[in-house]
Amino acid sequence: MHPAFSVIFLTTLIGAGQGLFLALYTGQVYSLANLLPPQDGTAFYAAGSLVAVLLLALGLVASFFHLGHPERGWRAASQWRTSWLSREVILLPAFMGLVLLYAAVHHLGLTTPWLVIKDRIPVDASLVLGLLGAIASFLLYFVTAMIYASLRFLEEWHHWLTVANYTLLGLASGFTLAAAFSAWQGIDLVAFYGTWGVVFTLAAAATRLGSLYRNARIVHKSTPRTAIGIRHTEVRQRAQGFMGGSFNTREFFHGRRPATLRTVRLVFPFLTFVFPVLLLGAAYLLASPYLPLAAFAVQYAGLLGERWYFFAEARHPQNLYYQSVA
Amino acid sequence: MTQLALVIDLNVCVGCHACVTSCKEWNTSGWAGPMTDQRPYGRDPSGTFFNRVQMFEVGTFPFTETVHFPKSCLHCEDPPCVPVCPTGASYKRPDNGVVLVDYDKCIGCKYCSWACPYGAREIDEKLRVMKKCTLCIDRITDTSLPPAERKPACVLACPTSARLFGDVHDPYSEVSIAIRENGGYQLMPEWGTNPANHYLPRRKTRMQIHEDELVRADNPLKKEAPLPAAQGETLDDVAW
Repeated sequence: MHPAFSVIFLTTLIGAGQGLFLALYTGQVYSLANLLPPQDGTAFYAAGSLVAVLLLALGLVASFFHLGHPERGWRAASQWRTSWLSREVILLPAFMGLVLLYAAVHHLGLTTPWLVIKDRIPVDASLVLGLLGAIASFLLYFVTAMIYASLRFLEEWHHWLTVANYTLLGLASGFTLAAAFSAWQGIDLVAFYGTWGVVFTLAAAATRLGSLYRNARIVHKSTPRTAIGIRHTEVRQRAQGFMGGSFNTREFFHGRRPATLRTVRLVFPFLTFVFPVLLLGAAYLLASPYLPLAAFAVQYAGLLGERWYFFAEARHPQNLYYQSVA
Repeated sequence: MTQLALVIDLNVCVGCHACVTSCKEWNTSGWAGPMTDQRPYGRDPSGTFFNRVQMFEVGTFPFTETVHFPKSCLHCEDPPCVPVCPTGASYKRPDNGVVLVDYDKCIGCKYCSWACPYGAREIDEKLRVMKKCTLCIDRITDTSLPPAERKPACVLACPTSARLFGDVHDPYSEVSIAIRENGGYQLMPEWGTNPANHYLPRRKTRMQIHEDELVRADNPLKKEAPLPAAQGETLDDVAW
């Protein structure tokens, strides 16, 4: 498939934004259980949520560059019964709204408990909104991944590993970003978020390398034989029916040399998994406010490569019909 | 229920591209038009087409066969491109089973083209909406045309009658009989899309001429030697 930069930025940016929100809410729940010190509503929760909303909004803007008619984009909310893409179109703005409300509640200090469970756990608006946001965030990971995993003849994508990768890569980049954000704000949560960042990065490395292993050995169901229905072991295309290019030759080929593909496959695991873990480890030892930021920057660059490769390596069966110009 | 479809006889197609040009000619000025082109006379021409004729080579030289393979939307009975559309622009007509795009609703997200294993959908780069074969919906449903002309442009243009058009759900239609009696098959059956369009396979066509046929009056080439005198005239030689 042709890797479209609009979709690469959309999926990586919202993945990190969702992960950052989940990290913030995790911090709130931990502080509720007195496992972490409580944080300032404005400087931490509201500011962090705004960073998350900024990433989500940038992703939304990037997605519009993928559309031929962005002005009709509102129609995309109509087919949620059948289309995963439509479900994402509904869920992303809904999630952004929840995160904004969560930020507003924290900023305005509307955290008077509605009720107190067993005299210990105060349930306030931020806790409920955060829970709804967390559910929406996990659903959004699932829905985004299912856009790709539901296409049954793109066999590289049609697997539960796609869902695991989208979720874990988003969580990894989000928690690494939370560590960077805490370090930047001088909040004493760098070690907590850094540890979870490392855990999710290692988990994502396991599933992503697993999918790389699977896709390198995949045997496609469709062959030139099934494509034209001639029962012979040797079927070769000699002409695709036109000399110039067409949508079919542009949209479904990455258009790069095999060497470029191999280079990206070799480089992105280091950028996405190895270097961020090393940088977060170094940040823990040196207590530097800049190293977690560098870890996120390196990981995000790696994720761009990871997503590019995700598209480039998927071989669409329609390509069987476009093998030879003449 | 009606399911209109094409049946394409690979044994008859000669790869002349008449269906390609007639399709473009009809549809660029019809309901689905215009089908825009980019740089049509430039170095790297590109454009929107609903139908392509491709060429495949089967076997190893010198034992090869050339297969001319016309490819357009197969109007699947279970089309994977329709449910994925986020706007409902892509739909299958309930009355005749033709898969169509509502160009006023399409947002040009290309997701339906990803969901088609056959590469039947092409985006119109200028109008920025997805286009595909309509089975000439504006011809086949036009009751002001004489019934013989209510057929897709490609079917009417085919000089060898390699393309048949009809209702594959009617067991006694021309297309159903052709599929049943001539081994009609579907493309990529492994995906369960159940394409309505069928293809008729290549087959060896051999004519066997026995020696005695060369000396009989029903030899169409009239190349027989004079009749053996001993035999005289037979019933075959009588002009009725």
